[in-house]
Parts: sequence; C-alpha cells; structure tokens
Amino acid sequence: MSWIDIGALDAIPLRGARLVRTRVGCVALFRTSPTDVYAVSDTCPHKGGPLSEGIVHGTSVTCPLHNWVFSLETGQAQGADAGNIATYPVRVEQGRILLDITTLAKRDAA
Amino acid sequence: MQKIVVIGAGMASGRVLEHLFDAAPDAFDVTLFNAEPRGNYNRLMLSPVLSGEKNYSEIITHDDAWYAGNKVTCRFGEPVQRIDSARKVVISAQGETPYDKLVIGTGSTPFIIPLPGHDLPGVISYRDLDDTNAMIESSARSGARAVVIGGGLLGLEAAAGLRMRGMEVTVLHIAGHLMERQLDAAAGYLLRRDLESRGITVITEAQTKAIEGNGKVARVMLADGTELPCDLVVMAVGIRPSMQLAKDAGLAVGRAITVDAQMQTSDPDIYALGECVEFAGNVFGLVAPLYEQARVLAKTLTNQADAFTVRELATKLKVTGCDLFSAGDFAEGEGREDIVFRDPGRGVYKRLVLMDDRLIGAVMYGDTSDGNWFFGLIKDGTDVSDMRDTLIFGPAYQGGAAADPLSAVAALSADAEICGCNGVCKGRIVDAIEGGAHTVGDIRATTKASASCGTCTGLVEQVLAVTLGDDFVMPTAQPVCGCTTLSHEDVRLLIKSKELKSQPAVWQELGWSTPNGCHVCRPAINFYLLADWPLEYQDDPQSRFVNERNHANIQKDGTYSVMPRMWGGITTADELRAIADAADKYNVPTVKVTGGQRIDLLGVRKEDLPAIWYDLNAAGMVSGHAYSKGLRTVKTCVGTDHCRFGTQDSTGLGIKLEKLLWGSWTPHKVKLAVSGCPRNCAEATCKDIGIVCVDSGYQVGVGGAAGMDLKETERLCDVQTEEEALEITAAFVQLYRENARYLDRPYKWLAKVGLPWVKERVVDDPENRHALAARFELSQSIYRKDPWAPLAARAETFGPLADLTLEAAE
Repeated sequence: MSWIDIGALDAIPLRGARLVRTRVGCVALFRTSPTDVYAVSDTCPHKGGPLSEGIVHGTSVTCPLHNWVFSLETGQAQGADAGNIATYPVRVEQGRILLDITTLAKRDAA
Repeated sequence: MQKIVVIGAGMASGRVLEHLFDAAPDAFDVTLFNAEPRGNYNRLMLSPVLSGEKNYSEIITHDDAWYAGNKVTCRFGEPVQRIDSARKVVISAQGETPYDKLVIGTGSTPFIIPLPGHDLPGVISYRDLDDTNAMIESSARSGARAVVIGGGLLGLEAAAGLRMRGMEVTVLHIAGHLMERQLDAAAGYLLRRDLESRGITVITEAQTKAIEGNGKVARVMLADGTELPCDLVVMAVGIRPSMQLAKDAGLAVGRAITVDAQMQTSDPDIYALGECVEFAGNVFGLVAPLYEQARVLAKTLTNQADAFTVRELATKLKVTGCDLFSAGDFAEGEGREDIVFRDPGRGVYKRLVLMDDRLIGAVMYGDTSDGNWFFGLIKDGTDVSDMRDTLIFGPAYQGGAAADPLSAVAALSADAEICGCNGVCKGRIVDAIEGGAHTVGDIRATTKASASCGTCTGLVEQVLAVTLGDDFVMPTAQPVCGCTTLSHEDVRLLIKSKELKSQPAVWQELGWSTPNGCHVCRPAINFYLLADWPLEYQDDPQSRFVNERNHANIQKDGTYSVMPRMWGGITTADELRAIADAADKYNVPTVKVTGGQRIDLLGVRKEDLPAIWYDLNAAGMVSGHAYSKGLRTVKTCVGTDHCRFGTQDSTGLGIKLEKLLWGSWTPHKVKLAVSGCPRNCAEATCKDIGIVCVDSGYQVGVGGAAGMDLKETERLCDVQTEEEALEITAAFVQLYRENARYLDRPYKWLAKVGLPWVKERVVDDPENRHALAARFELSQSIYRKDPWAPLAARAETFGPLADLTLEAAE
C-alpha cells in the first residue's frame, strides 16, 4: 500500500463529490458524511454518465443521466439494475484525504 | 388460423379480445374495425376527462403495442358499410375483408330529439372522445354557457364536467326530478341541491321547444317562453342500439340485434354483444353486463359451454362529491313497506323498500358505504325480519357488533360483489390477496376489480385491510418516494404547519426512513423549503439535479450547454459579438437558436464553464436558466414598436415580466410569452402563462402546454394595464410555488385545484393578490440574482481535485 495525499477533506462539499484524474480514468471521491469519503470509478457502466454529478444519499449515489443507483461501499448497482463500478481504498486522516496509489497502478498494469 | 373480424372497438369488444388472446394466444387472426379513428378506451372515464381530472392517454385500455403484440389488424377510422353474410365478407372503403366468424359490437348512438335547430353547429351529444373534446373546446372561452338537455346519468356527468371547466351550465330535465329512473323524489331533491350548490342551474319539467341561432347555437327556447342564451347544447336524452348494419345483412332484430345466451345472432357465424344487442327482451347500457357478455362470447368462440344471464344492477354516479346509490325496485306499491332515514344536516337520505320480509330496493344519497351490502340482500332475497329494527344502519349494527369502519366489509359474504363493472366478488379478491396481491395495483392487475370506473377502489382497499390486518397500510395518496409514507401534499402542509425550516428537520419530524432522503425526495424537499421559507432556508446545491447545481444543461456526452439570457428575446450587436467570441474561444461545436428565442452554446466542457460565464458576464449577460425548474424565457413578438397589427408594447411587457420573474424557482419549469395582437405570433396560448394584447388591454391565460401534452391556456382574467398584468402574473406564480407538488407543470396543478380556485385567490380577492405578489417579491429579494457570477469566482471547484496522470507518468 502506498497512500498519497490528494487534498483537504473540506474541498468536497457534504453529500458532494470531486474528481481525481488517474491513468485508469476518473475516480470520484464522495463525501457521504462529515467524516466519511468513498472512492469509486466516475463512469456509470450503463451509458457512461458522470457519477460525481449525481445526488448522494446515505452511502449511495444516483447517476444523473438515467437514475441508476450505486452503493459506494460495494460498487454494486441497487434495485432492478445490474452492474457495478470499481471501488478504491481511501482514508481520511487529520482532515486530509489519502488514496492508495498502488491499486490504481495495479489496475493500470492489468 | 381462424379469421375473426370485429366491428367496433368499444369496451365490450376490447374485453372479448383480451379473453380470446388469454385463452388461445395464437388461434385467431383478428381484424378490428372502428368508425372512430382510435382504438379501445374506457368510455366510463370520459367524465373525468371532461372535468379535467384525467387526460385521454390515461383512459386508453389497449395501446398500439397491445394490438401489435396480439397481431390485431387495426382498421380505425374506417366504418364498415355492409356485411355480406352469404359470402362471409364485410365491405368497407378499402374493399372486402373475409371472415370465418364475425363479431358485431357497434354499440349505440345517442338519441337526438328532432327539435327545430337540432342540427345547428354547437349541438352535440355525449358519447365519445370527439364529443368530449368538443365540449372541452367550448368551455375554454371565458363566460361560455352550456345547456344540457337530459338530467339522467350521462347528462349530469356532462353538466358537472362542464361546470368544473368553468362554464355556466343549465340542465333541462323533462321529468319532475333528476335521474327519475334511478332515484326517488327525495334523493333527486338532494342531488339537485348538491348540483345547484356547485353553480349548476336545474330546470325540471322543462319542455324544450326549439334551439335557435344564426349559423350556430345561440339560445334554447322553452315552451313556457323562457329563453336560455348559450354557446353549447349537449343532448343526453338516451341512446339507441346501432343495428342498421345487422338489419341490412338480414339478421333478426327487435329493439336491437337479437342474440341467444351464447351471443349468437340468427346467423351461426355472426355474433354480437354490447349495447347493440337484445337478449330475452333486455337491452343493456351499463358496463357490467357487457363484460359478462364478453366473457361468454370468448368462451363460445373457443368452443366452451357458457351462458349469459341477466342480473340485477346497481347504479352509482361518477360525479366527484355526489354520492348516490340505487338498486332494485323502489316504486311505491301494495304490500311494500319503506324504511327511511334522513339526516338533513349531513345531506344524508336512505330508503329501503321491503316486501314479504325481503329487501327489494334501496336508494341512498350522501352516505352510500353500505350500498353493496344492501345490494347483496336484494340479490340473495335474504329474509330480513330478524334485523329489521337496525337494518337501515347497515351491517355494522347487526348482531350488536361495535361500529368498526371495516366491519361492514368484513361482514360481506364471499360472493358479495365488490366491483360491479367487472363482476368481481369479495371471494376472488381475497383469493388474489392470499395469492400475493397486496396492493390495489396488484388487485387490479390480477382480478380487474376497481380497474374500470374506479368507484369501488375504497372497498377494495378495505378488503385488503380486513384480509391482511396490520400488514396493510391504508394508502391515503401516493407517497413522495420510498423514504416516507407521506404524499407531496401532506409534506407541504406539514412543512408549513410545523414550521420545518431545514432538511434534517423534515427528515426527523416527519419520520423519514432513510438517513438523508434519496434522489427523488431531496430536490422536492429542497424546493418546498426554499419556497416556504425564502429568508430562513439556504438552498442546498447537493439536493439539486446536476443541471441546477452546475447552472448548465448536461448533455449525453457529459459536456454542457450554456445559454445567456436575452430579455424578452431582444439582443444587441455587442451581445452577439460577445457570444460569437465565446463560441470561438471555447471551441463550442454547436450554436443553436432555441424555441424560446435565445442562443444556446452546446458542447462546453465542465472545466470551461466558469471562464465562459465570466466572459459572458463581462459583456453584461447573465444566466438564461435554460436548465432550471424556474422561470425559463419570456417569448415576445415585436408589438407596437414595428408591427402594423400590434395593439400594445408586447416586447416591453415581455422584458418587464422577465426582469420581474427571473431567478425564481418553481415546482417545474415556467415558460411565458406575450403576443402583441390576437394573431399570436409569440404563441402565447400554449405557454404556462401567456398574455395576448388586445386594444382594450391584456388577456392573461394560464396552464398551456406544448410538450408531452398539448394544451391551450385557460383565461385567468383580462386586465387593462401593464401593472395589473405584472401583478397578476407574480401572484399566479407565487400561488403555484406555494401549492403545487414538485414536478407538476402549472397545467397539471390547475387540473387538480381547478381554475375557479385560482381565480378566487388571484383575481377576485385583490387583498390576497397583493399579499401573494408581496411574498413573491420577498423571495425574489434573495433569488433575483445571477448564479453564474459567484460560481465563476470559484473556478477551482469545477476542475479535478488532483491529477495523478502526471505523477504516475514520472
């Protein structure tokens, strides 16, 4: 594991998201509560909608294009839709967001 | 495959086809002729369409996909001219169509009294969608007046619908009281009083002498010299079976086409059903026996034995708020005894007719909840001598049981009929519930109970409640979403009454089942809060759909469109230069002129949004809100400035309206237009609010639409000055903001509350109008601001938080 500092927790609004550009594509960081952040792929497997623009509720996000709902914990689509998005390890320490660069690199190598 | 030709796409024939395809999906090659240019729809529901409570698409029973799925050849708008039963073909405008079996379902035609003037334009019957649309059209003119001839079931539904549309309505009825075939004089009196309280004039024992007018209807003359000026005459005096085709083909006919208990006519390959048939001396006008005939005919056509029998019928009136029920025989006679209950304060009247210790008739008005129980007693011929003392109080009081509101339904026997239209008894509904149907929707899908006229929906819910016990929660209305059981209306009410001023307060106080809502309720609650508490509540961008959060419309590829505001559709060379410069600078692939007279720049990347906004702001332009559930655009024509027909300064008024309304949030988008004369070049009559200038001032129309539904505006009022037009508009928008459910356009909201309700508050009560306009202005003190400027100053939040592609490459 190799954690790197991505930025301040407060740069993400509560129940909002920000993007991180990586070589495997855009990763969306979702802030679901004052202290919790999730990192998942930004791309909806349905029609490629930008999940970071969706409405965040509980620990789920709704895609802005066609309302697919994904669990940010598992990456699984909820309800009647089938599909999943990649999830990435992320930590919050002393108000900073840390992302594990190795998982992104591994996927890159694969 | 057997070739079946069906003449007439009515309620009975639609039901036959359903049964046939259920029983033998690939056995029949069906051709369906209909004189009307459309397929099967639920005619019982024309009354709610007339009153505006439903629209046509909601009453279609079989759509194109259903016909295609069952390979039905549809010949709509093509009347059959002749049947050649010797050669087994039907002849229509397109030629001959052969059949193995022919089904005649030609229904009935309205009876038109051959009064002088009965053929004038403006005299219509009430039978099909075209009649309904003609009535709706006539009611659209403000101050329009209608005379309905006939105070029976159909006539009163027409009268109530037209009244709800805002017309002045007079009902002429030849008998001494309304609905004399279904009601006795006392119930007829209560019905009349109810209708009169809604503003409908009723004239009984009316002898109509003539309909007069020059080229179109202008008045109805009565024999006693009364003159009734009107724009529309609806004749609803009765129906006649349509049997000419059958008669010409040599089939046996009496009052209608004669059929046997298998629905076969005198020709063994020709069957008939519905309002066009006569069976054992009976003709039929209500839907329940028609559906029964359809069931029997489908059995006959699939070679199964069955027989149609005539059953006792009960009547209900489908006029919202008029609760009446009648069944059996209630004429006075020797050996008959009456039990009567009256409660004048509540407008309740009940009368039971007994003979030989058995109930033979029942009439009820005002409280009909026990109707089906009495109907069951009549049908079964139950000996009621033991319960005679308390009979009139209904099943809840038999055997000393407590007055549980559900006990009436619990006491019904399994074969008691719940849904009269579809002949569904309580036992079948209970079976369906035990088979897993746990909502009214499920019950409709599995048994069809409450799927036709819908008046028994409450009973079906009670059967669900009795059968499921605590597992069934009586639905009051559709909840907002899965996070709550409350409806939009309830939530709005509670936000106001409990003074809930934040989203967490709503979630907590109203018992949300999720920690912070979902994508359905969050935008709605956010809107309700900011509309009700403009000063206290802070708009939450995270509860907004992406377009409203980013103040631009997201496109399917993730880019955005940017549309600057052009007040009233007026621009300048400088503005156009700035737009062109921005298009060049940000490589905008598409520049489009919109339907609302604005210029749209499509294909802008999210990162570029703050910069392009900054440039447009610098040229003096602000957001056009092309993305919002709020004021969109005010479209105008050039008016008196340039046009030789213009009557007022329509462009000037358009600009003033846009400056007044811009930035406001509303339950759904709001589009306006101002036309300078009745030629209406700005197409104001299909906008949410449309103003048409005339010499004497301004005609303010509301509730138009030109999207999924096409609707002409209804006239809210006429005013003389621009100031009044501006205040009326602000007050209307505020009333809409305070009361409509989220995502209802004004026309949908108007259909629910009714134009008169809005007029009372916005037009007739100046004090209330001023108050509404003042509350709108208070809210605008917060929201009449360009959202682009502050966002352009926070450009960094539009880009990524970090870019690891660079680091990873190192």
